[in-house]
Amino acid sequence: MFPDLKNLPSFDTLGVEEKIQRFCSRSIKNESKTEGLKLALSMLDLTTLEGKDTRGKVEQLCYKAMHLHESMPGLPTAAAVCVYPSMVRYAKKALHNSGVHVASVATAFPSGQSGLEIKIADTRMAVDEGADEVDMVISRGEFLSGNYRYIFDEIAAIKTACQHAHLKVILETGELETLDNVRKASEIAMHAGADFIKTSTGKIQPAATLPVTYVMLSAIKDHYLQTGRMVGMKPAGGISTSKIALQYLVMLNEVLGEPWMNKDYFRFGASSLANDILMQLSKAKTGFYQSDNYFSKD
Amino acid sequence: MDRLDVLKTYKLFIGGAFPRTESGRYEAIRDKRGNLIANICLSSRKDFRNAVVVARKAQEGWNKASQLLKGQVLYRIAEMLEARKEQFVEELVRQGLSRIAAVQELELSVDRLVYYAGWSDKYQQIFSTVNPVNSSHFNFSVLEPMGLVAIIAPENDSLLGLVSVLAPAIVGGNTVVLLASESRPLCSISFAEVLNTSDVPAGVVNILTGKTAEILPQMASHMDVNAIVYCGNKEAEMKKINELASENIKRVVFYKKQNWEHPSDESPYFIEKLQEVKTTWHPVKI
Amino acid sequence: MKDTTENVKFKAAWKYAPAPEATDHVQISSSYDLFINGQFVPPKNKVYFETTDPSNGKILAKVAMADKDDVDLAVSAAKIAFKSWSKIKPQERGKYIFRIARLIQERAREFAVIESMNGGKPIRESRDIDVPLAANHFFYYAGWSDKLAYAFPNRNPAPLGVVGQIIPWNFPLLMAAWKIAPALATGNTVVLKPAETTPLTALKLAELIQESGLPKGVVNIITGDGSTGAELVQHPDVAKIAFTGSTAVGKFIKKATAGTNKKLSLELGGKGANIIFEDAAIDQAVEGIVNAIFFNQGHVCCAGSRLFVQESVADQVIQKLKDRMSTLIVGNPLDKNTDIGAINSKKQLDTINRYIALGKKEGASIYQSECHLPEKGNWCPPTLFMEVSQSHKIVQEEIFGPVLTIQTFRTIAEVIEKANNTPYGLSAGVWTQNGAKIFHMTQKLNAGVVWANTFNKFDAASPFGGYKESGFGREGGLHGLKPYLKFD
Repeated sequence: MFPDLKNLPSFDTLGVEEKIQRFCSRSIKNESKTEGLKLALSMLDLTTLEGKDTRGKVEQLCYKAMHLHESMPGLPTAAAVCVYPSMVRYAKKALHNSGVHVASVATAFPSGQSGLEIKIADTRMAVDEGADEVDMVISRGEFLSGNYRYIFDEIAAIKTACQHAHLKVILETGELETLDNVRKASEIAMHAGADFIKTSTGKIQPAATLPVTYVMLSAIKDHYLQTGRMVGMKPAGGISTSKIALQYLVMLNEVLGEPWMNKDYFRFGASSLANDILMQLSKAKTGFYQSDNYFSKD
Repeated sequence: MDRLDVLKTYKLFIGGAFPRTESGRYEAIRDKRGNLIANICLSSRKDFRNAVVVARKAQEGWNKASQLLKGQVLYRIAEMLEARKEQFVEELVRQGLSRIAAVQELELSVDRLVYYAGWSDKYQQIFSTVNPVNSSHFNFSVLEPMGLVAIIAPENDSLLGLVSVLAPAIVGGNTVVLLASESRPLCSISFAEVLNTSDVPAGVVNILTGKTAEILPQMASHMDVNAIVYCGNKEAEMKKINELASENIKRVVFYKKQNWEHPSDESPYFIEKLQEVKTTWHPVKI
Repeated sequence: MKDTTENVKFKAAWKYAPAPEATDHVQISSSYDLFINGQFVPPKNKVYFETTDPSNGKILAKVAMADKDDVDLAVSAAKIAFKSWSKIKPQERGKYIFRIARLIQERAREFAVIESMNGGKPIRESRDIDVPLAANHFFYYAGWSDKLAYAFPNRNPAPLGVVGQIIPWNFPLLMAAWKIAPALATGNTVVLKPAETTPLTALKLAELIQESGLPKGVVNIITGDGSTGAELVQHPDVAKIAFTGSTAVGKFIKKATAGTNKKLSLELGGKGANIIFEDAAIDQAVEGIVNAIFFNQGHVCCAGSRLFVQESVADQVIQKLKDRMSTLIVGNPLDKNTDIGAINSKKQLDTINRYIALGKKEGASIYQSECHLPEKGNWCPPTLFMEVSQSHKIVQEEIFGPVLTIQTFRTIAEVIEKANNTPYGLSAGVWTQNGAKIFHMTQKLNAGVVWANTFNKFDAASPFGGYKESGFGREGGLHGLKPYLKFD
């Protein structure tokens, strides 16, 4: 059902930034750090979205997703590998029964500047090729022009095209600019059927930030209280260090809590984050600061 | 054999770096007896143009920094200058001052920086107003920096004069392109070294050396310069500045004084001269 | 709409491991004397008392008990020092104060740790708020030293002489900075008496001042109890008294200085109204409530201790507040994750508990978040009292703890009347996204500090002080110079 956009809560930007600083002042040490880092690994959507992607590149990334660091036992696999529709079949084959999902971008990613029919066809291709999850982009131009109904309808249409695949809706918060816009876009996406709301394509700056993530987590909480449905969240782009990843987890922990602290309801869209986490885990184990020479880059 | 000194190369200070003049030209600075002290760069209008681009880029960020931060940066400049007292005294002496005069000039310069550091979070409190308008509005006027200021520094008091016009400009949130004293330019580049170690963001202060006659028209006519400060008393130069400044209604400030040692040569009005006034209205009715 | 809160609990599952602040670099002597005339001298009667850590009762050091003779010695030193201090070049005066600011910045971490150990406040607050604000206060006032003519044009400002300053235990170092910095900048000399339970950071400040080269006698720091303060108030050579503390003691001091020529400034208690309108940014308003009453365990004179929430959003706000309270961590002040530290003393804890018992007796409904309290030490969980009115004593009297009373309101006129309906007048908070409403409220609220869409924000450049029984005189900003000057 199309949501009531007139009564959405508004956000004071300075107040949100101060709250973020509070989260960032948490000191995560020892066993809670190791716990958090391992959790973050299990939430990774390892991503390759480049014009020059090939079968070989994708297969190697998939191997990494299933074998993050063999020399350290007890590590989880990544949650998913995220690729373009043309690469889905290779990822599907490479990952087969590992439990790592195949996520595909679709809908004229990243700009979304195309007709609805093409976006539906794009989605169908990804699903037919075997994607478990689809990451779509909303039409930001339409949103900023005030055509909120259009956004609702396109998301609903893509959700239908997804069939059994889970739908993540990318808001591209860097283009929406204000926190109130992010809140509004989140509301539309959730009511239109999104399984996850996601911050960014990672193709423009700024990508994910703690303030927009906070607003989206608040939206998810309100949505649950209103409808009883849990929606997941994925910040993507710009999360390159363990320190930052832990700040996101602290925020998730204190805003939504236990039910969301797993890969079914939270993902990190990242690539280089994996190795930074592995280096931190290694340091925790050995006591030595690490070099990236000792961790595979695939 | 006595040890040979490694002589300093005097370059320009633009964007937090020390490039040579793109024109490749130089000017020899000699002491009273005609001996060469150093070759300095003879800046060209392209150097000035480049400096303006960099100063413009730096202005928004510098303005946004809190006044507390600006004050602490100025205090740091004072710390760094004090620490290099001997270096500057020696340089001033080589440029022709007596040792006593050089020490006094250095000490006054440090104290003047501390003076303006102290104004950073206070001048707004004495110059802003809340205006009792005849309607239900909250109406207030605050100062805002003019933006990019070109400065022709004093000829005499080559260190103290420079500090006296530079500090109030930047503490007020402006960024600066400054042309040093033509006859005594050495301290200005050494001062740039001090700026470089004082947490001053790159591009906030840019220092050129060279001929006033060549650079002055560029400063006065550049359409992206918001204000020009001229220290001197040559009528012809002042007239030229005013004529060229009319192209973009540049704000023009003249300081005719020949030296800067008097206590009245520092005051918050030096800051205020490079500020605009912005007035805001908001209803107060429910 | 489903009854949903049953199904999913927004509970923070991930427990944070202890993250203790390192204390091995911190130097606390076993015993401290009185800082008089640039030296540490023993008290005349050789009496010392212990100062402890309220989170575990450990004794941290012995400090001196200054008696009448010691007070006299300190005031005499200040009087002699005033002769030269008031005459040195104002710019040079400023440079001493800049030095003190810089030294505090260099030793920031040590000060923060000792502040938390001696007072009970979380290290996160002493490190991120108290110590930086203290350093900045010296930095700000240093700059005024040679600029007074601009602050008071046409009035010929001159210093008063020896100022006696008595400070409380809730922000020990910050209150010392708020007192000493403007007094010095305006050319006065100082005898400062820190609070009985929190002398250590003032004594470390004395050590720092000794090393800064400040001429001897310009700042004197004497520890003691209420009797020491009384001696200082009554000393004939003290030209001015500046006091921050309870309204009761403030009234006593005002009476005691009546008939003398002593100037006086008082910063006393409060019962701040924190007002949330339905058009507020609710999420940030809830955070604002937390900052208003749980910051520093509620040991804040300007705390937003009376919440007024517009009835149409009351349920929402209270539920969100309870959710937020569940993530507040009460515990070891030196743990970096602690949000709420220890209550400063057994005496204060008893006072707070008396009010909590009173609230229950008065029929208010109480809510306290589930939190694990340590066994040793003085602790109080964050507490809400709902279903209260202006007539409840817990709504009228200052509790000075993490206890919030919550009242609803319906119209602007109603909440203004209720907010102002108190003998206090220190602070107020307004939460609304409507600009005109903000300015209307700030005009109508009888408080010295009004925070709109924020709370408990302090800055050296911002004047702070109360109306009515919250005291008079301002600290901070240009206005903060006035209490330390006389004019033609």
